[in-house]
Amino acid sequence: MDEHAIKELKEMAKIIRRDIVEMIGEAKSGHPGGSLSAADIVTYLYFSEMNIDPLEPKWKERDRFVLSKGHAAPVLYAALAHRGFFPKESLYTLRKIGSNLQGHPDMNKVPGVDMSTGSLGTGISAAVGMALAGKLDKANYRVFALLGDGELQEGQVWEAAMAAAHYKLDNLIAFVDNNGLQIDGNVEDVMSPAPIGAKFEAFGWFVQEIDGHDFNAIAEAMKAAKAQKERPSVIVAHTVKGKGVSFMENQASWHGSAPSAEQVAIAKEELK
Amino acid sequence: MSKQATRDAYGLALVELGKENENVVVLDADLSKSTKTCNFKEAYPERFFNMGIAEQNLLGTAAGLAASGKIPFASSFAVFAVGRAYDQIRNSIAYPKLNVKIAATHAGITVGEDGGSHQMIEDIALMRALPNMTVIVPADGVETRAAILAAAEYKGPVYIRLGRSKVETIFDENYKFRLGKGVVVKEGTDVTLVACGIMVEVAMRAAEMLAEDNISAAVVNISTIKPIDTALISKMAEQTGAVVTCEEHNIIGGLASAVAEVLVEKCPVPMERVGVEDKFGQSGQPDELLKAYGLTAENIAEKAKAAIGRKA
Repeated sequence: MDEHAIKELKEMAKIIRRDIVEMIGEAKSGHPGGSLSAADIVTYLYFSEMNIDPLEPKWKERDRFVLSKGHAAPVLYAALAHRGFFPKESLYTLRKIGSNLQGHPDMNKVPGVDMSTGSLGTGISAAVGMALAGKLDKANYRVFALLGDGELQEGQVWEAAMAAAHYKLDNLIAFVDNNGLQIDGNVEDVMSPAPIGAKFEAFGWFVQEIDGHDFNAIAEAMKAAKAQKERPSVIVAHTVKGKGVSFMENQASWHGSAPSAEQVAIAKEELK
Repeated sequence: MSKQATRDAYGLALVELGKENENVVVLDADLSKSTKTCNFKEAYPERFFNMGIAEQNLLGTAAGLAASGKIPFASSFAVFAVGRAYDQIRNSIAYPKLNVKIAATHAGITVGEDGGSHQMIEDIALMRALPNMTVIVPADGVETRAAILAAAEYKGPVYIRLGRSKVETIFDENYKFRLGKGVVVKEGTDVTLVACGIMVEVAMRAAEMLAEDNISAAVVNISTIKPIDTALISKMAEQTGAVVTCEEHNIIGGLASAVAEVLVEKCPVPMERVGVEDKFGQSGQPDELLKAYGLTAENIAEKAKAAIGRKA
């Protein structure tokens, strides 16, 4: 990628991170850690990769994105708002009664959300279904999915992984947001899914491991994934939970708690 | 009367649907020969997906297909489709109101020899309690075909409960199935037997037995359990003053509960329940099991008399 493009993506990721912290602070609940760790991946997808049209969110030929780790809804909402799917002001209605921005993504309420998710493990199966439909229709769209590393503990993920390889879904590209932490602590301590890459490889996927905060690495991996024929791709993205906010980084306690007004102010300063 | 298992009628209806509508796709979890989706597989192999023994992914994949404009029929045994994949049905299908048809076979105790682990007796309860879900329990092969075609027309999640064993064909080819509408199979004045699924035919036999005792029993087929036909049930309750529900399901949460909810709000009359009395099934031949669990015309007739006896 050229430097200018990377600079722009970095700037957008910063804006999205500021929004994440601000909207969760305003909601007084939510999941900042895993939203911030996924911010660069989601920014790349929405601002450099996906073939989508904010004016026609249900456009048949569009690329799809399934946030299988649905609790990271704030990162998706911020990306969609900045991509023009709905006004940015509504971001501050997150989790409030009557808001379209539910705690976890609702495809019937938010333009641009391709699948309702929240129960872990379910999103990747839906992505498999969308990719199968794409194959049936001989459509050119791709389906992207984002999973958490803790989410890999759900058996459904591996049922879906088996099916995606079995049906040779080369139009499916999944990311694992490998930030190493889940609510109860280190993923390795709670229930280790390691080795993640080798597992997906054994299931028949094309596997790449990258730094999930390096736009060049994401772009390169995406290029290789898109070149794959007859097998799905997974990009295991090594990330930092809470990335960009010093006091949140690598802290499991920031998985599902909201920052105070003071903490929001500090975070915004750091993300300038 | 001829006999046909509702799963057999399902298999045939799918092929018919597949011809009419190329958006219809079928998924199964390694039971296609038993659920009869194998018929569709043979006719339209490119639109059939065996998902292996992985029901959670079966239902989740169906959701993704529906989100992309397909009309997926997902099949397995009721105990697995509903029990194993409840969360996927709830969160990936009902909550987003996706156009998935869950056609579950081998429901109830007439599964027979496979025993209690395979005899689903709480699926109506689970599916009925889900917002956005439509629940259909066809009574015979003719109604199954009609219900499958209607489910494909309707936009939204539908649960269709089908059986393993052959059942008497009650309806003729002129039968008109209307989603959400019950059917008076037999008129009567003393008691209404409200039944679904295989129990409609048993209720008809019970009505004949009651006639011998000069009791006039109406028989109503409530094949759409949700949304339930409130108007018809309250009308029949008013007309006859007593109700007996008949179902091959736990007496908790299924047809009995749905009818009781209507009666208590619209027309409180004495009501008795015939069904599996809150216990698991066991191995045996279907007929033996129906008898052992009280799903018989004799028991319905007895309960009808009890309900009539409680009239004010």
